Amino acid sequence: MELSGGEILIRSLKDEGVEFLFGYPGGAVLHIYDAIYRQDDVKHILVRHEQAATHAADGYARATGKPGVVLVTSGPGATNAVTGIATAYMDSIPMVVITGQVPTAVIGSDAFQEVDAVGITRPCVKHNFLVKDVNKIAETMKKAFYVATTGRPGPVVVDIPKDITDPAIKVPYNYPDKITMRSYQPTVKGHSGQIKRAVEMLLNAKKPMIYSGGGVVLGNASEELRSFVRNLGYPITTTLMGLGSYPASDELFMGMLGMHGTYESNMAMHACDVLIAIGARFDDRVTGKIAEFCPDAQIIHIDIDPSSISKTIMVDIPIVGDVATVLQEMNHIITTGNKQTKKKDIDAWWKVINGWRAKKCMSYDKNSDKIKPQAAVEIVHEITKGDAYVTSDVGQHQMWAAQYYGFEKPNRWINSGGLGTMGFGLPAAMGVQLAFPDETVVCITGEGSIQMCIQELSTCLQYGLPIKIIALNNRYLGMVRQWQEFFYKERYSHSYMESLPDFVKLAEAYGHVGIRIEDPADLRSGLEKAFALKDRLVFVDIVTDQMENVYPMIAHGKAHNEMHLSPHCDLPQDPERELS
Amino acid sequence: MRHIISILIENEAGALSRVVGLFSARAYNIESLTVAPTEDESLSRITIVAIGTDQIIEQITKQLNKLIDVVKLLDLSDGPHIEREMVLIKVKAATMAQRGDIKRLSDIFRGHIIDVTTSNYTIELTGSGRKVDSFIEALAEHKILETVRSGVSGIARGDKILHV
Repeated sequence: MELSGGEILIRSLKDEGVEFLFGYPGGAVLHIYDAIYRQDDVKHILVRHEQAATHAADGYARATGKPGVVLVTSGPGATNAVTGIATAYMDSIPMVVITGQVPTAVIGSDAFQEVDAVGITRPCVKHNFLVKDVNKIAETMKKAFYVATTGRPGPVVVDIPKDITDPAIKVPYNYPDKITMRSYQPTVKGHSGQIKRAVEMLLNAKKPMIYSGGGVVLGNASEELRSFVRNLGYPITTTLMGLGSYPASDELFMGMLGMHGTYESNMAMHACDVLIAIGARFDDRVTGKIAEFCPDAQIIHIDIDPSSISKTIMVDIPIVGDVATVLQEMNHIITTGNKQTKKKDIDAWWKVINGWRAKKCMSYDKNSDKIKPQAAVEIVHEITKGDAYVTSDVGQHQMWAAQYYGFEKPNRWINSGGLGTMGFGLPAAMGVQLAFPDETVVCITGEGSIQMCIQELSTCLQYGLPIKIIALNNRYLGMVRQWQEFFYKERYSHSYMESLPDFVKLAEAYGHVGIRIEDPADLRSGLEKAFALKDRLVFVDIVTDQMENVYPMIAHGKAHNEMHLSPHCDLPQDPERELS
Repeated sequence: MRHIISILIENEAGALSRVVGLFSARAYNIESLTVAPTEDESLSRITIVAIGTDQIIEQITKQLNKLIDVVKLLDLSDGPHIEREMVLIKVKAATMAQRGDIKRLSDIFRGHIIDVTTSNYTIELTGSGRKVDSFIEALAEHKILETVRSGVSGIARGDKILHV
């Protein structure tokens, strides 16, 4: 079978099992778009901005575990995609991004819509390729998917000059079944000796703590994690990215840790004697002050990426391997061995933990005459029975969604954790809704973030995506305002969102339904009304308390036991006193 | 500490920029870098001299290994090894006294004068980075017009090899 470069590209997507291609056409990819026009296997989703194409593909990947695929043109197409590529890179999301390039003969001549896409994306991709020969397209695509989806996943860019997809040049098409690369062979199985030592250390622990992250979600290891935690009966906290990897309603779950983690999680981190980190990378939002991180703990770390181990926090037992595989081996040793946990010490440890829990650090004012954003998230949880796919943007609303939604399953919580990209939520929700047309998809956002990719309301109409947008509208860039309140003596420099659009009218202008809720008494009924409109996108503009803060909060550079706490929890303001 | 890291990397366009980009993006210090093809034309060999604590050097080697194009890597400083660097130095040598002294210094360091004009000498010298440093220091009383250092190349002693 002889095909042109453009046809080969699309055919290889089909052979790779790609359902959706998120893209935006332009000069350098016209041959490819012509090949798309002449087939029905791969569905192209036309976004309104290339950034949204990458976020949508990213959301699709996070929800399904399958790689997201993007097609954009050269120059501005590629540069607009960079934010989304970097977002995926920071959270290790598998994506293949095809960028058009100017014809080979004019590369380097500052041609129209030329940028060095390989050069620009190099620091924010797992790998990238420039294809200079039509005979290499199929093999390069196979490599791109292989690299993107194996080991620690990540985005891969394939830059294709226009002449390589010329319809007049046809070559034989063979899509390789398998590919091996001598320079890339990720480790899957952990070192058995290290695993035995780690289990021994865990069973000897008196004040153990399990800290799991996004690697458990990406590595499809939630089942293994659940067995592991229940086998041991130890407390577990997760990172922002790990939410859902362990059910939020389970009694062993302590809530999130870190900057906006729960009081009990952070206090337990500070006091534990053995810490096991599973698919987590000791991000600065988690560790706080490095010098005082888990001061009394011996640390075990399981990660598929050796460079994540001992990067910021030195660990005692490193285990390089796939999280699911390593946990299976650990579970086997724990359940078949004759050694038990230190029951008496563990019981005493739970007593201490339950003391911390009794402070109810997540309390907020339930009698306010203003709408509390936390209440809005809790009601969304109730209406969707905790089973929705929830995307978010970045800021206070993101933290409230993380803290109050209560995720029971993995792949349900979709947010930009590493890069913190405002504008992520709506396009990511599009990718999720396309993957799961019958599921409830909620985008919890703020009036600041939503405006960064608001144009996608048009895409949502075109493809009939009934996303529920829950905008916690506090007329402030809330997290910026909160930092300014705490650390800049309330000098609210440019954190006030003036001249906001009428979001209800805006939603209607895009052909959707808009609902505004201003009174706490209308909160539940308004949200119920929105979720009852199953087939429509509903933009719910919730006018919330402007001055609400995200609690608990560990200020940047402070230790886990130095939290700002909500004035509404049953706790003295000086957590130090609690320790002694 | 100073480490000599040897890398076998796919001889592909842009491969070198991935290595260099990694050092600048992660703020690692690089003292010298050399790169050239090997007897296997699909591979290039890069030698990097980097300075850092053990923890930083460990991160550097891990991050380098993570680059898809890097096939194999060896920290030569972990074992016995040989390092060589070549330098070409153009020195002012206009008077008989200058010419005699520079010739003597060059002989002591086993350098060669490879180009002569009425006003200057060009010397070629090979040795470890430290020897090259010492030679340049020894020339302090003379006027160095130009210095070209190749950067360090290195190889493990004995049977240890870096090969695919």
